Amino acid sequence: MAKVRGAVVVNNERCKGCELCVAACPSDVLAMSKHVNAKGYNYAYMANEEACTGCANCAVVCPDGCITVYRTKVNG
Amino acid sequence: MKNEEVRMTTKDIIKPENLVYQKPEIMNDVPMHYCPGCSHGVVHKLVAEVIEEMGMQDKTVGIAPVGCAVFAYNYLDIDWEEAAHGRAPALATAVKRLRPDRLVFTYQGDGDLAAIGTAETVHACNRGESIAIIFINNGIYGMTGGQMAPTTLEGMKTATCPYGRDVKLNGYPLKITNILKELEGTRYITRQSVHTAAAVRKAKKAIRKAFENSMEDKGTSVVEIVSTCASGWKLDPVQANEWMEKNMFPAYPLGDLKNVE
Ligand SMILES: Cc1ncc(C[n+]2csc(CCOP(=O)(O)OP(=O)(O)O)c2C)c(N)n1
Ligand code: SF4
Ligand code: SF4
Repeated sequence: MAKVRGAVVVNNERCKGCELCVAACPSDVLAMSKHVNAKGYNYAYMANEEACTGCANCAVVCPDGCITVYRTKVNG
Repeated sequence: MKNEEVRMTTKDIIKPENLVYQKPEIMNDVPMHYCPGCSHGVVHKLVAEVIEEMGMQDKTVGIAPVGCAVFAYNYLDIDWEEAAHGRAPALATAVKRLRPDRLVFTYQGDGDLAAIGTAETVHACNRGESIAIIFINNGIYGMTGGQMAPTTLEGMKTATCPYGRDVKLNGYPLKITNILKELEGTRYITRQSVHTAAAVRKAKKAIRKAFENSMEDKGTSVVEIVSTCASGWKLDPVQANEWMEKNMFPAYPLGDLKNVE
């Protein structure tokens, strides 16, 4: 059966730490980093990489267009 | 085959051929001044995506308001005009009449559209100008520090009604899109939001329809976006979305108000 795997890249410097992407992710992939960017915001990152399906919900709700999404099929 | 799945790391997935979503190119890399989680950012992104998908980057004129979105011209790489407070529909009228080949839209807050600009809004819609109006209803004057707007909910606290809006003193929340739908010049009036991924995708379709109506000379389209102002509401962005669902949606129910096919 084909399985879908995804991955996101967060533009750390553009992120404002609003956490809307964390709330929007149906697979609990994202969390906020303990590190801050140059503006002083904690930025979002993939805390649970294996769970990402590449649905892009996080990127769609991000007000600042910080998230790029990739998706691929894996045979398993 | 199981092994292949286990071996696949994010590095293997992050490849150009697997790209499914990125910030639209029309949205500039310059950081936007909006507060964290602000609905304005989401709607800017949707406007950019729709213009990109329609291939209209060189043929769009946006009319920016006075309000938090006053710097919209810095954020989207299209032609812009900056209107005096509330006058965006009048300026859009002029642009569209002079250049009917252009996609012309205004982008306005509730203070801009429903207070100081009420006359311009009503008359542009009544004349049926083929413009699209993007209306950000966050129930507050965001830019100036969270004062009461015509759209402020009954009982809602703002800087100028610290004990909550009293309808005896301040009148009722103005449902201006309900008024606009009665005007013969309007073609498409809808109320959307951007609080979830599904809502964002729906709002994008509404903006697309409004923009297509502008190009097909079908009269005025208004897309109201019930929006958050986390800073003005003194909530964090996730709470602001929840507060909006609970309090704003009953007063401003989502859905199409008018759609003349
Ligand atoms: C003629 C004039 N009157 C008043 C103001 C002050 N002013 C600036 S923005 C604004 C209201 C903005 O609120 P809204 O349109 O709801 O947009 P938001 O900032 O919430 O996006 C006001 C009253 C002004 N700039 N010009
Ligand atoms: S693409 Fe979907 S599954 Fe992956 S992090 Fe974003 S919301 Fe979560
Ligand atoms: S939605 Fe965007 S700005 Fe907000 S935390 Fe996530 S990546 Fe950062």
